[in-house]
Amino acid sequence: MDAANEVRIDRVVDARGSFCPGPLMELIRAVKESQVGDVLAVLSTESGSARDVPAWAQKAGHEFIGVFEKDGYNEIVVRKAR
Amino acid sequence: MAEEKLSMVVFSGTVDKLYPVAIMASGAVALGQRVDIFLTFWGLMSLRKGAPQQNQQVSKDFEAMGPEMMRIMKEKNVPSWLDTLRTAKEIGDVRVHACAMTMDLFDLKQEDLEDVVDDITGVAQFLTEAQGGTTLFI
Repeated sequence: MDAANEVRIDRVVDARGSFCPGPLMELIRAVKESQVGDVLAVLSTESGSARDVPAWAQKAGHEFIGVFEKDGYNEIVVRKAR
Repeated sequence: MAEEKLSMVVFSGTVDKLYPVAIMASGAVALGQRVDIFLTFWGLMSLRKGAPQQNQQVSKDFEAMGPEMMRIMKEKNVPSWLDTLRTAKEIGDVRVHACAMTMDLFDLKQEDLEDVVDDITGVAQFLTEAQGGTTLFI
């Protein structure tokens, strides 16, 4: 399954190679700079992101779209909701 | 809902314990929590100017693994605990306090410390801030 088939991604944050909590922190920074409604994908090779991003999205009030397994990394997609 | 907050009393000054401090702070700000870090004794000594760049010490119980741990972190480009803490400060509300008693004991002034330290705080002041939240001793 591919996020690209589901939604249009406005911004990709490539955090591959970063360790926990690096990808989440990079995503938060990018979300802050984005407009409400924007869809952001963070690419991560570390195992915490797939768990941390949905927890953060729920807490921060953003829409968690999903974790999509790619070749050797995860693409984790959220929509900025506020 | 009351403000959620995480407070940490950072007593240890070894790299392996300073990492969890920085990572816990990052996680907390990601969830919108306020973070107060109270540096005392070796935790405070580890933030003297220039100390973080030199510090290679790990806990006594895993001392033998120290050089290997540092090598792996370097090889995998793990950001330093200090840079991780700086990122947490950029993202959210993280306040780093130096213990007044330790400052007096070692004749330290705030300008002797890395700029990540916000102020000098007394124990009662810190506990007042920490009240009602989660407090960790590291």
